[in-house]
Amino acid sequence: MNTKSPSIRIFAFFISAMTLLSIARIFAHTNDLTSRGTMAAAFGLAVPIGLAGLGGLWSERAGIVNIGLEGMMILGTFGAGWAGWQWGPWAGVLGAVTFGMLGAVLFAIVTVSFGVDQIIAGTAINILGLGLAQFLAKLAFSNAPGGGQSQSPPVKGLLPSVTIDFIANPLNTLQQKGWFVISDLAGMISGLFYHLSFLTILTVILFVLTAWILWRTSFGLRLRSAGESPSAAETLGINVIKYKYIAVIISGSLAGLAGAYLAIVGTNVYRGGQTAGRGYIGLATMIFGNWRPMGTGIGATVFGYIDTLQLRDNANIRGLVLFGALVLIALAFLGLRSGVRATSLAFLIIGSALVGGFLASTNMAPEVAQVAPYVTTLLVLATASQRLRPPATAGMAYRKGESR
Amino acid sequence: MSRQKILNSLAAPLLAVGFSLVVVTIILFAFGSNVFEVFNSMAVYGTSPRSLTLMLNLATTYYISAVAVAIGFKMNLFNIGVNGQYMLGGMCAAAVAGSLNLPGVVAIPITIFVAIAVGAAWAGVAAWLKVARGVSEVISTIMLNFIALGLISYIIIRTNVGRAASFNVRGTEIIPPNGRMVGWNLLSPTIKVYGFIIVAALIGVLYWFVLNRTVFGYDLRASGLSVSAASASGVNSKRMVVIAMLISGGIAGMVGLPDLLGNDPYSYTLNFPSGYGFTGIAIALLGRNNPIGIAFGAILWAFLDVSSQILDIENVPREIVTIMQGVIVLAVVVAYELVRRNRVKSEQQNVGEALTQKESSAS
Repeated sequence: MNTKSPSIRIFAFFISAMTLLSIARIFAHTNDLTSRGTMAAAFGLAVPIGLAGLGGLWSERAGIVNIGLEGMMILGTFGAGWAGWQWGPWAGVLGAVTFGMLGAVLFAIVTVSFGVDQIIAGTAINILGLGLAQFLAKLAFSNAPGGGQSQSPPVKGLLPSVTIDFIANPLNTLQQKGWFVISDLAGMISGLFYHLSFLTILTVILFVLTAWILWRTSFGLRLRSAGESPSAAETLGINVIKYKYIAVIISGSLAGLAGAYLAIVGTNVYRGGQTAGRGYIGLATMIFGNWRPMGTGIGATVFGYIDTLQLRDNANIRGLVLFGALVLIALAFLGLRSGVRATSLAFLIIGSALVGGFLASTNMAPEVAQVAPYVTTLLVLATASQRLRPPATAGMAYRKGESR
Repeated sequence: MSRQKILNSLAAPLLAVGFSLVVVTIILFAFGSNVFEVFNSMAVYGTSPRSLTLMLNLATTYYISAVAVAIGFKMNLFNIGVNGQYMLGGMCAAAVAGSLNLPGVVAIPITIFVAIAVGAAWAGVAAWLKVARGVSEVISTIMLNFIALGLISYIIIRTNVGRAASFNVRGTEIIPPNGRMVGWNLLSPTIKVYGFIIVAALIGVLYWFVLNRTVFGYDLRASGLSVSAASASGVNSKRMVVIAMLISGGIAGMVGLPDLLGNDPYSYTLNFPSGYGFTGIAIALLGRNNPIGIAFGAILWAFLDVSSQILDIENVPREIVTIMQGVIVLAVVVAYELVRRNRVKSEQQNVGEALTQKESSAS
């Protein structure tokens, strides 16, 4: 892999990953590991995680660490349920974005204008978002027909979703043949075009748009400069405070949108505890993706995939464990070549242990898949934290006119 | 002077609580509740002997959690992982306590030791990641919280540590009467104040003593204020990070014990309360990491939680209290920041004035 072009490298990594996944599928005897249903569900679950991650990315690029994503997401689920139940799903999306934004405005006031510790403010927003959503839900839904103290009545109608039959169906047949790699690719692509929600399409567009705005426009350059070196940006006449506000508010709207997906597409109602820590997973995907949209998107897809397997047949979890083991062993060999001995050795040991666990067991607990995203994040952080590059002033307070 | 200092340090928390009362009043008013009725019923219900006992018991738990967080804060460490540490520590301690059939004097110290050891070990992972791999403890402890949850449900659901404990909820073996710390009927004949309150008080005293009266505490505070200055005076800051994190985790491990040893079902079940760790963060902030301040914060928080139970009957969602708590945290950190800015400004002005006087007298 000595190619220089990044797109060729990404393609090579993708094909290698699919090959490993295919090997895992064959040895774990489970076609479902790359079936259309699994893949479609994985893309679906990746959406809220990815949107939260993208939200985190916007705000951290401007130098504000947003632990409050979870709280803003909770506010989003309430907004979606409340507006969606009364005026339909589109209003629900708007309501979710508005509520997420409200949380973000409050967060921006205390972190940007008052410059308090961002982690503490984020924790407070999480408490506040939870409390507000539960409080308002009790008031709004307790006496509504079909609603309850912690659940909204169903959202009126559905958001449009697309199935492109002439792509999805033949590929699905191909997947079921169980051919090496080819069937897995077919299942994946088929899943992409099967019951594709409008919000999923929007999410993909938002990822592309983010990459373009932040890295290809002067607005994006200014916003990122507010996170890399605010005092230098200020000397160039950039209104750093304004850009930080914009970034945090966009961050909150994206978190709200993530809530909208859970409440409108995922379940059709607002329900207490619906977010289940996805705001934090979003933050993890952003780190996994090295504070970049492409990496964040890949991370969200991986985590969405793992999240899906948890809910499906038990054999899939064995497949997942084997896949994880193969990835670790492959990385270990790559690492040995480029000379990171200790890490490679650790990967090799963990990978072999997982293979041993796979061979020794006929049954694997869903808890393995439950913790897999978090363990993966820790592994990435532990091995690649030297290579990760967060925005230089993320987490630091900035006051106008202050020099560093 | 010192009286002035005490007043200054009290001003911010009191302002924050006052501000949150205003916000809550506005919200209640906006949704058409009778504000005085609400506060009055909370006060009446919250001061009954039963409620006061519940309040003390909850405050015991909160106090331990907040001290665990505060130790981290003193060292500029953000231990968001108290949640995972106390759940894992509590589960292991409960499992061990359930399997012991020894007199209390032996069983209880063993239980406490297990809780401390497991909590410290779980925090130790984050400490190692920070010191050896440069991973921020904020992110690693968040991840470790979720991993702890998965580990606990695995152990309780899939291994024979777990069994049907109460009402068909799985949990650890029930702790035999010898190993419990049920406490005393101090305030109410029907409900007991947890025996663990004594341990909590002891933790507070130890925290104060170690921090203010030992060399180790001095080093800890020094590294928290300035790593470079501390290491210039010979403090190994990495070692301090590890030790502080281990102590914080060890104390966090005990957060679940007041409930486990003092309340039905005397077992760590899958329904064991979660979230004490985040409450601890809020209370440590409110109490400014001071052992007495934290005690007041814990009692206030517990009072709000207990007295809010009446609100659902009054047709006001009791989550209004959660909103109030969130506002208190936000307001108190803003207040501290404003006070700090003011102090810096007046210091700078003093220096400026002194310099100009010197110049004018020289010329």
